Amino acid sequence: MKQYETVIGLEVHVELATKTKIFCACSTAFGGEVNTHTCPVCTGMPGSLPVLNKQVVEYAMAVGLATNCKITQNCRFDRKNYFYPDNPQNYQISQLYLPICRDGKVEIETESGKKYVRIHEIHMEEDAGKLIHDDWDDCSLVDYNRSGVPLIEIVSEPDMRSADEVIAYLEKLRTTIQYLGASDCKLNEGSMRADVNLSVREVGAEEFGTRTEMKNLNSFKAIARAIENERERQIDLIESGESVVQETRRWDDTKEYSYAMRSKEDAQDYRYFPEPDLVPVIISDEWLQEVKERQPEFKEEKKARYISELGIPEYDANIITGSKRLADLFEATTKLCNQPKKVSNWLMVENMRLLKENEMEPEDITFSPANLAKLIELVEGGTINSSVAKDVFEQIFKEDIDPEKYVEEKGLKMDNDEEGLRVTIEGIVAANTQSVEDYKNGKQKAIGFLVGQTMRATQGKANPGIINKILKEILDK
Amino acid sequence: MANIISDETIEYVGILAKLELSQEEKEQAKKDMGSMLDYIDKLNELDTEGVEPMSHVFPVHNVFREDIVKNGDDRENILKNAPEEKKGAFMVPKTFD
Amino acid sequence: MSLTAVELGKKIKAGEISVKEAAKAALDSISKAEQDNNCYVTVVEEAAIMQRAEQVQKQIDDGILTGPLAGVPVAIKDNMCTEGLLTTCSSKILENFVPTYTAEAVVKLEKAGAVVIGKTNMDEFAMGSTTETSAYGETKNPWNTAHVPGGSSGGSCAAVAAEECHYALGSDTGGSIRQPSSFCGVVGIKPTYGTVSRYGLIAYGSSLDQIGPVAKDVTDCATILETISGFDEKDSTSVKREEYDFTSALVDEVKGMKIGIPKSYFGEGLDSEVKSAVLAAAKALEEKGAIVEEFELNLVDYAIPAYYVIASAEASSNLARFDGVKYGYRTNSQVGLHEMYKRTRSEGFGPEVKRRIMLGSFVLSSGYYDAYYLKALRTKALIKKEFDKAFENYDVILSPAAPTTAPKLGESLSDPLKMYLGDIYTISVNLAGLPGMTLPWGKDSNGLPIGVQLISNCFEEKKMIRTGFALEQTREYERCPQAAARD
Repeated sequence: MKQYETVIGLEVHVELATKTKIFCACSTAFGGEVNTHTCPVCTGMPGSLPVLNKQVVEYAMAVGLATNCKITQNCRFDRKNYFYPDNPQNYQISQLYLPICRDGKVEIETESGKKYVRIHEIHMEEDAGKLIHDDWDDCSLVDYNRSGVPLIEIVSEPDMRSADEVIAYLEKLRTTIQYLGASDCKLNEGSMRADVNLSVREVGAEEFGTRTEMKNLNSFKAIARAIENERERQIDLIESGESVVQETRRWDDTKEYSYAMRSKEDAQDYRYFPEPDLVPVIISDEWLQEVKERQPEFKEEKKARYISELGIPEYDANIITGSKRLADLFEATTKLCNQPKKVSNWLMVENMRLLKENEMEPEDITFSPANLAKLIELVEGGTINSSVAKDVFEQIFKEDIDPEKYVEEKGLKMDNDEEGLRVTIEGIVAANTQSVEDYKNGKQKAIGFLVGQTMRATQGKANPGIINKILKEILDK
Repeated sequence: MANIISDETIEYVGILAKLELSQEEKEQAKKDMGSMLDYIDKLNELDTEGVEPMSHVFPVHNVFREDIVKNGDDRENILKNAPEEKKGAFMVPKTFD
Repeated sequence: MSLTAVELGKKIKAGEISVKEAAKAALDSISKAEQDNNCYVTVVEEAAIMQRAEQVQKQIDDGILTGPLAGVPVAIKDNMCTEGLLTTCSSKILENFVPTYTAEAVVKLEKAGAVVIGKTNMDEFAMGSTTETSAYGETKNPWNTAHVPGGSSGGSCAAVAAEECHYALGSDTGGSIRQPSSFCGVVGIKPTYGTVSRYGLIAYGSSLDQIGPVAKDVTDCATILETISGFDEKDSTSVKREEYDFTSALVDEVKGMKIGIPKSYFGEGLDSEVKSAVLAAAKALEEKGAIVEEFELNLVDYAIPAYYVIASAEASSNLARFDGVKYGYRTNSQVGLHEMYKRTRSEGFGPEVKRRIMLGSFVLSSGYYDAYYLKALRTKALIKKEFDKAFENYDVILSPAAPTTAPKLGESLSDPLKMYLGDIYTISVNLAGLPGMTLPWGKDSNGLPIGVQLISNCFEEKKMIRTGFALEQTREYERCPQAAARD
């Protein structure tokens, strides 16, 4: 059988984290009641006119700069005309002729090494509303809350060759954009959406094959599955002497297959022309410089700093800086308690365990740096022992409780009362003669059992150092 | 007439414009569009080489809005003119995609 | 009703006429004249008008409203949104559309104490030059009801001429204020693009549309313009001008002003009586000390084709929103989505609107965009340059408003192209974003008004207004006989 190469380019839509929509002062908040975040502009009322949100331009510029794009200093908006009910004006305000960013590149790293993915352009546009299908009345219902939410569309060159590369590219974009605060980039909530343009060709071929565009990919896993599936589908077609049709397909991740989207009434002729209701955006050198100077420290620089200045292991630094939320939490907590390694440990071990157990992303973390810092201080100051600390952390993770109050209220302070502990331990030693025997016969481990029994007897509050000391004194007598 | 508009073109433009024309209207549209395009072709007499297309007459630029929420819930008004509504949404014939 | 808006405003302020009396007089006039003229699509209910009149009266009495238009009844072209008041664009597709907000220009009038008495008829979506494409019947020219009032602001201009209101707002995309003003013997101004906010004006050709005043004289028009103009943050194409003072230009002094007459406007197709009228106006200015010269204005013949490409293209997109989903008419047939779109639009739009949407969709479609749309935008740039050149030498351009006086009803629509050619003197003003105005200058042998057009450079309305005011001083305002007969 012939060897095939997969050629992939991505169109990534990112919802920007502005407070208001791109062309009107309606809220972009997620999850409002149907049509409650709407006005004449974002519902296409006759006579309404768009006014551009400046923050959208700044976010787009920032993303462009972070992805090494050239910024178009005289950029404009165009109308893309097509009829669909989620699009209230029946045209979308977008950018075709002079997009705000062009010719960028980002570096990605996979098991097969490092490479660049080139970015063709980034343009600003408005999101569409949402259609809800109503089986009861056999109709569709239109909600314009999302209509006019600002988007940037990042169009890559067809530079990726595998699902791994695609995911590395998306992760790179996601962390970069999260670092900028330009979007939360949640695939499952649709604030980051990737359409995959894929074609196959024989290894060594110069020409690209015919590509398809895959939509409705809501997770990295879905993207990987869809890529594999579409690659196989195209190879099967070619092998059986058929040809790939250039079309848009929709991925159904539960059934793990894709189907062509209907296009009978869709001429795919968008009749773009310059938007007459909006004036050009001229980006002066000064403005560009301002935005440049405001660029934050990105992942790679941060990671290097964590390793060299804070002494965090590379593996941990990589994971913490992989999420803007974690990095922010790390820095804010460290600032409060000045114990970077301890903070890193909590985030990497207990925090990660709880995220995994609860199927959460770092972005879903709700606890405050102040409470984690307090917890660390409680441990370091010997107020609580580490096993209590784990329980307290769990409460912080879940409900962001104040650990000082919590420890006080629940009476979890470490028991340092040597006299009292000695009495308890003597009782435990007397009741566990077998373990004492084992210990004396050289089984060092037996002491662990006795420590455990003591802990249990003190509801976990005893100071483990003191237990050990007393036990040894008694046993080694 | 120099511009002959074919049935296919009228059909295609009808799809783009979402207009459904009767046979009679189609014939008329072919004629009207043909003669308008003949007239518009007059522009070809003009040498516009090197002329920048002018979409805005004045060099006004950078008209922005600050990112501040000013609109509240206006659903009642927004739906006032809806031909059909249900549960606070505009109701349309069932559609997929 | 024969008073100008400013005259009436003075009498109201002086307490000689109450706001209610003024409104009642307008309503009476409407009830007598509407059956002949059909200027209005909607007349506001008497009770609502009286309530508003009372409110305005109180604010005048309390000294809150002191402007020249306080209490004066006004008619609004039916393509401007008015909250709670039917706004149809004279189209079936908006037969039931009641806006939930008011156009900025109308808001400004209301703040100045205007009493809106109704919405005037127009060509459907402002597409036409005769007001015959309205879905609510044609408006007739009050000077001779066998003739058209012009268009598309035919209802506004006829209502002013017939004294069915004291003044009105119109909109002008290719001559839609100036041409019907000239056909109806009234004064109309199309301001510099960006001077009056388009927020709430239902768009036809967004890059060309401007709202402007229609009234009995230049003083009224300057006063109204001063009231409705201003930068609006809701309209990104609105221009921050240095000044919005137009009434200070109402001086009878044109000595030394340079007036240009474009030779190319006097060629084939210009009615000889219209031509004589324009030349007579030139003479009148000369006699007042203005320097009048003929000059070459090139590219005149390219304005109409460029206009129809640009306006139709923008219209095809602007009118896409009328689809039966959010407002307006929806077909009764139970059909799928795309069929619903098609039937709604095919049943809701009239032939002229469909014609322009089809043309606009075609010129933007794949493979034609460069050849038609970009070509037209390049032509527009060249036309603008021609005017820039002209205004290096002249303060004001004097020209006919239209090649003829008002044609008979039913004569124009059969040959659209011919109808389009009637806009030859007005259209390039929109392409170049310039201000233009027309004012009455006599009548033809059939007793129909002739209008002359004045054009000035962008943001130089004052020169044009001053010239118009000076011209106006040389003759009496001629009332439309129909209105005079109702006294």
